Amino acid sequence: MTLHTITSTRRSFLASAGLVIGFTLAPRMFSAGASQGVQAGGDSALSPMNAFVKIGADDTVTVLSKHIEFGQGPFTGLATIVAEELDADWSQMRAVHSPADDKVYANLMFGLQGTGGSTSIANSYEQLRKAGATARAMLVAAAAEEWKVPASEITVEKGRIKHAASSKESGFGAFAGKAAAHTPPAEPKLKDPKDFVLIGQELPKLDTVSKTNGKAVFTLDVSADNILYATVAHPEHFGATVKSFDDAEARKVQGVVDIKQIPQGVAVYAENTFAALKGRAALTIEWDLAKAETRSSEQLTADYEKLFAEKGLQATNNGDVDKAFTGQGVQSLEAVLAFPFLAHAPMEPLDAVFIRAADGSLDIYTGAQFPGMDKSTAAKVLGLDPEKVRVNTQITGGSFGRKAQFGSPYMQEAAAVFAATDGSRPLKHMWTREDDIRGGYYRPMYVHKMRGAMDADGKIVGWDQTIVGQSIMAKADLDETSVEGASNLPYDIPNLRVMSHNTTLVVPPLWWRSVGHTHTGFAVETFVDELLEKVGKDPVEGRLALLTKEPRHMATLKKVAEMAAWGSPAPEGCQRGVAVVKSFGSYVAQIVEVSIGEDGSPRVHKVWCAVDCGIAINPNVIKAQMEGGIGYGLGAVLFDAITLAQGGKIIQSNFHDYRSLRINEMPVVDVAIIPSAEPPTGVGEPGVPPVGPAVANAWRRLTNSPVRRLPIVNVLSA
Amino acid sequence: MITFKLNGQERTFDGDPDTPLLWVLRDFEKLTGTKYGCGIAQCGACTVHLDGTTRRSCITPIATVEGSEVVTIEGIEGKEAEAIQKAWVAIDVPQCGYCQSGQIMSAVSLLQMTPKPTDDDIDGAMVGNICRCATYHRIRQAIHNAADTMEG
Repeated sequence: MTLHTITSTRRSFLASAGLVIGFTLAPRMFSAGASQGVQAGGDSALSPMNAFVKIGADDTVTVLSKHIEFGQGPFTGLATIVAEELDADWSQMRAVHSPADDKVYANLMFGLQGTGGSTSIANSYEQLRKAGATARAMLVAAAAEEWKVPASEITVEKGRIKHAASSKESGFGAFAGKAAAHTPPAEPKLKDPKDFVLIGQELPKLDTVSKTNGKAVFTLDVSADNILYATVAHPEHFGATVKSFDDAEARKVQGVVDIKQIPQGVAVYAENTFAALKGRAALTIEWDLAKAETRSSEQLTADYEKLFAEKGLQATNNGDVDKAFTGQGVQSLEAVLAFPFLAHAPMEPLDAVFIRAADGSLDIYTGAQFPGMDKSTAAKVLGLDPEKVRVNTQITGGSFGRKAQFGSPYMQEAAAVFAATDGSRPLKHMWTREDDIRGGYYRPMYVHKMRGAMDADGKIVGWDQTIVGQSIMAKADLDETSVEGASNLPYDIPNLRVMSHNTTLVVPPLWWRSVGHTHTGFAVETFVDELLEKVGKDPVEGRLALLTKEPRHMATLKKVAEMAAWGSPAPEGCQRGVAVVKSFGSYVAQIVEVSIGEDGSPRVHKVWCAVDCGIAINPNVIKAQMEGGIGYGLGAVLFDAITLAQGGKIIQSNFHDYRSLRINEMPVVDVAIIPSAEPPTGVGEPGVPPVGPAVANAWRRLTNSPVRRLPIVNVLSA
Repeated sequence: MITFKLNGQERTFDGDPDTPLLWVLRDFEKLTGTKYGCGIAQCGACTVHLDGTTRRSCITPIATVEGSEVVTIEGIEGKEAEAIQKAWVAIDVPQCGYCQSGQIMSAVSLLQMTPKPTDDDIDGAMVGNICRCATYHRIRQAIHNAADTMEG
């Protein structure tokens, strides 16, 4: 990386474009201890076997991860798949982020590079098996040539290439350079899964050590000589724009360098983060609310509920639902459920670092969930050829969907902040927690109207569900992400109708860990539980009777019931609740044990979890994702809402009023993985959906009162 | 001019005395293991040891650190630190990893004061550290495991 300081020629050149900002302090010397960003693609001294595998002279194997590592474990999972087919030893494996490239590194399920929908392992499995097997074949060919023996007599095991007859043996490194020159085989032979030695093992994660000693480099840690720090003042209403601003006080703050209006707000540039924050706080901004959302959450809910009376978009219509509700002896149940906006609140708020190289090309360091889109967006905003922009995806402090944005609106802001400078100084742009909580791109608000019909024999014969909320995909017609999990209800109910209404708000929506299942999973699993209770059926047995055509649902449900000793009495003061949800191809069933806490809110003691995600690449990572998904989902269902007050101002601002689950609220989690030979599916999201409804079901038994509105605990009045 | 000890070395700071210790560490000392998460002492990602006890560096003005001794994740040492970091690695506690420096600083401090903590002790010491990945289950286990190894 080239780090350069301001030169007067460059500065005056760019100043002529009207994009200069002043410099008031002398550049500080670059400290030797500063974190430099990690370049995408790995060390150039490594020998590339293909787009995904590089081998070093020191025998290390570096896997280029096309997927971002923000906690869900793709570095480890993808490296495991490569190592398996390469017959490498786990100790020699490394992982780095690949460069941004929508073709070479496309998510095969998306058609462009991107991480999401719990697809990292699922879409890469065959691709990386081939990448590993290809590299192995090239190493073997190089060894055969050097040793002058037939390739067919060479074996590879735990990172050692061997020829038994001649007692020759070598590591990978000695042949890496030569192997790279060999033509890769078109169709390398893949292992029979029964011969897997690494897949299915609880291998230690590759990124753990650097995450326990402070050395892992996140975007916020990337520094450079003479770097500028920037923050942006954003409006408190969605859709508001800057009418006017007074920066006189802000400019007096020690370390503030300049202040610029950009399309997203007012940017403050400073010599350090604190000065940027202090300067921002000293701004006086008048906002234009002409196009802003000024309705409250309460008003929005009322407006949404009015849509129940109108004809919506049909998602599913099986049998004759209207008739099912009017049959002889049929009893029915109706419920309206309300779901709030949810912020993702990853630990690392959005951030990006821009460093221009001497040749005019640009390095961007960021938590890129759609790297190709971030690259083209930044290039467009900055007026650069995309070929001159390198997006270096960094290890990232969580996302949960927040960093996967079509059109890269965050990058539009960050690039606009950089574009408003002369570009000569490296720049770090960061959001604060307040920017994050109030920044939109929420899990949308939804309301559901549920109707269920039960015949005289206690059979559920009709299910009628209407879902109202924003289309995350911004569609005018049916958005599958609004109805997934409901439109394909797993329960065998002969008359099923699911309708949807898309609403339009200026509050930007986004996918939030498990997307539609965040609300459909809750609605379906609490409502079926109530219907079963009404007809006197056991929650587990009743579900199983409706799932006879869904063997994988049945197996996970049976497994979790066995783990929890379902049917045995719950501990004194506790009730159990169950839920099973298939999402992103994986099946997860959970049983929770809940009591009423001292403050009157739910206390979740224990969660049993069974998961079927096909072939288990790394059971350790799968268990971690179930544990984490449970904690993430539980925190939201208990505590979280983003609320618009009267007039449309966002009420919440930080972790004091947008609560996160804390360690004293984390239940004991016991996870079992169902053995499977099916292709692997995802685990990043599927752990989330069942916990909410399972807790609500237990809560209903404890309190005789169903949960109709989330969150369960009203944090603002607590 | 403010003088303090950082990971055993004498340091000075002559900028805005209101600057929180967090930003002095990150922007001026380039010690980036200590993280920003909320800025209002709600999440614990910025936890350091100040004169031997945990402190949220995001709300600690550098002016108040005059003459104090600051230890960050980069400088932590001793048998508790070693036991905690080993225990963290052994069961792969981190997911995204962003909060883990703060978690480890709180956990080390807990073991320094309470070598054999109960679950309630762990709740009390760790409740101020948010992990959005919810690695809490493993954090608890790792603290117990670390305590066991120190005993043995």
